[in-house]
Amino acid sequence: MALSNRLKRTLQGAVLGLAGAGQGFAAGPDFQRDIQPLLSEHCGHCHGVDPETRQADLRLDIRQNALEGGESGTAAIVAGKPDASELVRRIVSEDPDEIMPPPHEKKPLAPQQIDLLKQWIAAGAAYQPHWAFIAPQKSSLPTEGGQHPIDAFVRSRLVREGLQPSPPADPAALCRRLHLDLIGLPPSPEQVAAFGRSGYEKTVDALLASERFGEKWSRHWLDLARYSDTNGYEKDFRREMWTWRDWVIAAINRDMPYDQFVVEQIAGDLLPDATQEQIVATGFLRNSMINEEGAIIAEEFRMVEMFDRIDCLGKAVLGLTTQCAQCHTHKFDPLTHDEYYGMFAFLNNTYEARSYVYTPEQRGVIDDVRRQLAAVDEQVRQQQPGWQQELAAWEQEAAAGLVPWMPVEMKEMSSKNMLTHPTQLPDKTILMLGHWDKEMIFESQPDLRGATGLQFEALVHGDLFMHGPGREGAWGVEELKVSAKKPGEETWGPLKLMNATADFSGSQRMETKPASKDGKEVEKKISHGPVANLIDGDDDSAWETDRGHIVRHQPSVAVVQFEKPIDLPEGTVLKVVVRMAGSDTMRMLACCRVSLTTAHAPAAPAIDHAAILAMRTPKERRLPADEAALFAAWRRTVEELQPVNDQTAALWRKMPQAPTTVLHMAERPHAQHRKTHLLDRGAWNLPLREIAPHVPASLHPFPADAPRNRLGFARWLVDPRSPLTARVAVNRIWQTLFGAGLVETSDDFGTRSPVPDYREMLDWLAVDFTERGWSQKQMIKQIVMSQTYQQASQPTGQLLALDPANRLLARGPRFRVDAEVVRDIAMAVSGLLTHELGGPGVIPPVPQNVLNFNYAYPDFWKPAEGSQRYRRAVYLFRKRSMPDPVLGNFDAPNGDVSCARRLRSNTPLAALTGLNEPVFVEAARALAIRTIREGGADDASRAPYAFFLCTSRQPTDEEKKEMYRFLDAQRTRLAAGWMNAREVAAGEADAILNLPVSATPQDAAAWTLMARVLLNLDETVSKN
Amino acid sequence: MNVFRTRPEALAQAASRRWFFGECGVGLAGIAAGSLLSAEARAASSLSRPLAVKQPHFAPKATRVVYLFQAGAPSQLELFDPKPELSKSDGKLPPADLLKGYRAAFINPNSALLGPKYQFQKYGTCGMEMSELLPYTGKIADDICLIRSMQTDAVNHAPAQILMNTGSQQFGRPSFGAWTLYGLGSEASDLPGFVVLTSAKGTSGGTSNYGAGFLPTLYGGIPLRSGGDPILYLSNPKGIDRDTQRASLDTLSRLNDLSFKNVGDPEITARIQSYEMAYKLQASAPELMNLADEPKEVLARYGIDDPTKAGFARNCLLARRLLERGVRFVQLFHEAWDQHGNLTKAIKANAIDTDQASAALVTDLKERGLLDDTIVVWGGEFGRTPMVQEGNDGRDHHNRAFTMWLAGGGIKRGHVHGATDDFGFNPVADTVHVHDLNATLLHLLGFDHTKLTYRSQGRDYRLTDVHGSLVQGILR
Repeated sequence: MALSNRLKRTLQGAVLGLAGAGQGFAAGPDFQRDIQPLLSEHCGHCHGVDPETRQADLRLDIRQNALEGGESGTAAIVAGKPDASELVRRIVSEDPDEIMPPPHEKKPLAPQQIDLLKQWIAAGAAYQPHWAFIAPQKSSLPTEGGQHPIDAFVRSRLVREGLQPSPPADPAALCRRLHLDLIGLPPSPEQVAAFGRSGYEKTVDALLASERFGEKWSRHWLDLARYSDTNGYEKDFRREMWTWRDWVIAAINRDMPYDQFVVEQIAGDLLPDATQEQIVATGFLRNSMINEEGAIIAEEFRMVEMFDRIDCLGKAVLGLTTQCAQCHTHKFDPLTHDEYYGMFAFLNNTYEARSYVYTPEQRGVIDDVRRQLAAVDEQVRQQQPGWQQELAAWEQEAAAGLVPWMPVEMKEMSSKNMLTHPTQLPDKTILMLGHWDKEMIFESQPDLRGATGLQFEALVHGDLFMHGPGREGAWGVEELKVSAKKPGEETWGPLKLMNATADFSGSQRMETKPASKDGKEVEKKISHGPVANLIDGDDDSAWETDRGHIVRHQPSVAVVQFEKPIDLPEGTVLKVVVRMAGSDTMRMLACCRVSLTTAHAPAAPAIDHAAILAMRTPKERRLPADEAALFAAWRRTVEELQPVNDQTAALWRKMPQAPTTVLHMAERPHAQHRKTHLLDRGAWNLPLREIAPHVPASLHPFPADAPRNRLGFARWLVDPRSPLTARVAVNRIWQTLFGAGLVETSDDFGTRSPVPDYREMLDWLAVDFTERGWSQKQMIKQIVMSQTYQQASQPTGQLLALDPANRLLARGPRFRVDAEVVRDIAMAVSGLLTHELGGPGVIPPVPQNVLNFNYAYPDFWKPAEGSQRYRRAVYLFRKRSMPDPVLGNFDAPNGDVSCARRLRSNTPLAALTGLNEPVFVEAARALAIRTIREGGADDASRAPYAFFLCTSRQPTDEEKKEMYRFLDAQRTRLAAGWMNAREVAAGEADAILNLPVSATPQDAAAWTLMARVLLNLDETVSKN
Repeated sequence: MNVFRTRPEALAQAASRRWFFGECGVGLAGIAAGSLLSAEARAASSLSRPLAVKQPHFAPKATRVVYLFQAGAPSQLELFDPKPELSKSDGKLPPADLLKGYRAAFINPNSALLGPKYQFQKYGTCGMEMSELLPYTGKIADDICLIRSMQTDAVNHAPAQILMNTGSQQFGRPSFGAWTLYGLGSEASDLPGFVVLTSAKGTSGGTSNYGAGFLPTLYGGIPLRSGGDPILYLSNPKGIDRDTQRASLDTLSRLNDLSFKNVGDPEITARIQSYEMAYKLQASAPELMNLADEPKEVLARYGIDDPTKAGFARNCLLARRLLERGVRFVQLFHEAWDQHGNLTKAIKANAIDTDQASAALVTDLKERGLLDDTIVVWGGEFGRTPMVQEGNDGRDHHNRAFTMWLAGGGIKRGHVHGATDDFGFNPVADTVHVHDLNATLLHLLGFDHTKLTYRSQGRDYRLTDVHGSLVQGILR
């Protein structure tokens, strides 16, 4: 059959990337479809984009260079003359030293491929840029294919291929398809019945408006965003990110335009008057894994997180593979090493921030408290008309009393167990990220002559939770020990410290510190209190630094005096040991600075250190926060304002306790700007040269007036001129509905991805998407309203053989649903499913032998009971190093890296999961009871009922017969005592069953077995 | 149904007829429900066979791998690499030029040298020098090849473990076992092609150490767990016996087959088969895990007192049973070796836990004629510093030089490859990087490591990334 042969050829060509050698192409092969992939695959490594690997100075990816030739000066291509083209001579050569590609590259060209190249050169060797790097345009719709744009494209193509579209699927199948596709749940029998009445479009609209829609469609974005509830790596501790997950669900439910959806997630914090939601949205890029292994260098793994962010944006937004360009210029796609770090630079000027997330009610309280605080301050200003002069006078006096402190530059920084590697910043601030440790050890060789005292500051930093200074809220220090080692000596001589003062010390209290799990540390009583505890020689007493909820996130200072001015020779090494508190109420300090002075009898003034730091900041560089700190500090010194000060303190105590926190992005201020460097071969510690933020030249230009920061970059990504962004988004929607994208490699639209069969349709839809305000719901509706989507999925005639993967769309989609939907279907048809929007991850049961194989045993793993156990799978707690075995067996990714498309496997492990996993077994039991209650009085009516619940259709007579036969056989075995009915129906021989009066335990058992079969039907877990 | 025959030739016969997860079309005729299925179902089922046995690039020296991964990183200086000079320099600082550009994980590199805690002696006719802690490994000295010049890039556990196992410090890449299964397919009858066994505690690299990465999930390693179901959800729910299970699966198959007749989707037949394979696994996995049929001498050789007790020794014996049954790749993970402190005592305990069983596995395989085409690999993710950590009894992570040993198909016997300087700090000859080792192991399996590729995101990925060269010096 001529037509089907042609189809075969086309399809084969699509797979091999060498289609169209037939007589249909008098004008020569199509460059984009036929030639570019060949040049890229077989020649690109040595004659492509990357100058590092380029041979003979010859480029074949640019026409001019190919015509001019490389260093030999011989034209590689003579347009119209294959026989005169050096390229042709070399690819047909039989001389092993001449032939291209060289044999050692192991990429020989096939004879048809050589023919294609010859034909292309004969036809003039026309080049075109890679299709995906040219902005899409709406071509005119084919006229022969029908009203709907998708049908117009598909049907005109099918006509050309001599294929017939499939008839529409039957209504029940369509109803189920729509439900599974749009909300990820099967329809109830009532919904199937109502489908005929309410009509197709109304059903679509209702499903798009359902809150369940966001729970289904968020999951695809969560895969891309590598969402997880733990940090990954060895320790794999918990993290709080679920508010970000809920943000995604909410954004999708209210159909936030895709461009805004992307901008808020990349740079929501930089939008004017950013809301809490917009800050939560930036958790997107913070979903990277965080290494907390002992002795890591935090910066090394921050870089790994940065690489992961670029990878994620490449897969999720740009549809471009970026990983290559991390180490060198991309071999195939126009992305240079510089351009990679150009994009990196947009994202690099950030803090790894973490903050509280409040409920809407709490935000109301906070706004209220803030209003009242402002009102109190305003009242002060009114009461004290001369406040400005008073404050200035106070400040002048206080500043005059300040002694100069010389910050100490450390030579060596380590920790007792060497688990923490601190970093010292240019202002001599020391950051202690990565793994925690008990004692920090700082060694320096400062100018010690005449030093009278040492200042120990606890400081805030954007990389810390709520800016620190603690790692986890409240922090404390038990002891400060200072010693010196003279040049040439081996031993450390302790320096006696005295007269400790602090800007703040809390009142005395005792705390019991429990024994450590490994038994190395026994239970202890710790006394918290005055700053003198720092130097009392007692490790079990600590300086109480905690000012209370929220207000604890500000700097503190302690000053200690040396017994006598130091008189030690030059070259003496000074060692400062900071013993950290580590109890339930006091965690490790994460940011500090050590300074020395020679002033007489130095002491810390009783003024909040934030105000002192503000005083030390030149007026023109002060921020509003500095001014506020000064004002508050002054206010507290005015005796008559005591009632006001009390009122302020009381107001601060009204600040609510947030239920959770989130990891998010925060921009570093100008003074803390982080430079980006091109990294030699991608090695974090081998910077070669500074790189300014810039975008790849092959894509649309960066607007001249846009800010060169994260926000500018985010907006550039979703610029309607982008050749990729809309195509990638639309293609992913298509992939979700049809099981494969129009571009099958939905994470890679680069030169190595096959040109899609329906390129014009993809482009049309991409433009339509942006024209309609980037509405994902409208795009989904557009697709599901097409006849193409609504076709029956049964392959007819030779269609299966001709087009097994359904690339030409002559039939409807059919595939096993995603892991989450597999579980949700079992929950839904059994009646167990609990609908509740959002919230913290729900912990599923996991076999003990899986739990035992964690590096750090997850003590918190207490599986949810009751209705929470049956929440939708999108809410299941995800632990990276212990991927949920149920979801994993159905191919859910574990969140280590961004995943744009799931592969579907079919394994015995999945079969065992569906049959035996406890929650699935609970579903079978519940479905049995539901069937007995709702399905009529006997098996004759129950069987079709249960079957319908699972598949949304009536069983055929043959299917009914199979079910009856099975039920009868099991009833016989139960009656004969081969099985214990209660055990089967409820797991225990003495279980009490909650059954209708007419039903027996044998009924429940027989139906549990039947339900278990039905839940595992291919049709139950497939979209038909 | 006698699924298992312990004689290797019988197993080989079975394997040639039927492959787990693999030869769907062939396998279908033999499975219990096969006769229930329509002719179309049988025809359609041969469409996709991702685990069918495949031919490598050239004739392989070995077709199976058993990888005894010693997670946490054993100290080469107490086990494999004798350093009398280091003993003499105990307590002294290392030469300054040695430390240029060097980074340990925990310690300041300028820490005192620590002499080896144990004596070394010559073993076998080859006279291989190994520690007194390894008397059993000593007995197989003439069978193994010691590589004393191993090197890696990472100094933290998780990145180093996944580098060793996937060829990359970045997560998301396929493991060695997954690559092997992808390249060679599975010959195992009724068992997965890539099996993972674990002892001690969980590893730093976690499941990524044996995952499929971007390969289809069915190439990933499947843990056979001790305690509870060896394979997840293997046991039927309480009250459901094997007959009921059979009847349930028969009905399931018939209903699915009716659906196939109506819908014609070949995926349905693949699903039918996955349930049949699950049923077989329910018999084959417990049979495999049950060591009751192993003679006392065999248990004694491995040092197994109680055949039900989980641990490294039991896993070694299970590994042999898996290999006998045609499993392509068996990987043991024993996470126990991170001796920053308490070195003297802990490493001795570790040696007692692993030495005898590791050696017994090699001997056992040899006696059964399996060693000739099996590769045995023993080693961890990096080595330990010649410098001290924690008082006088610990060593930090060291990536510059460490030791691994290999045995089996195509590998030199009684041979020491590479050498390190007087302190065991740097290799002085024949450095073998992780990528070189992996390139060589793939070579033994019949692959040109630069040609075993999988395209993901437009790039042809390899186990060896863009590195790796063949280590000729260890090949027979």
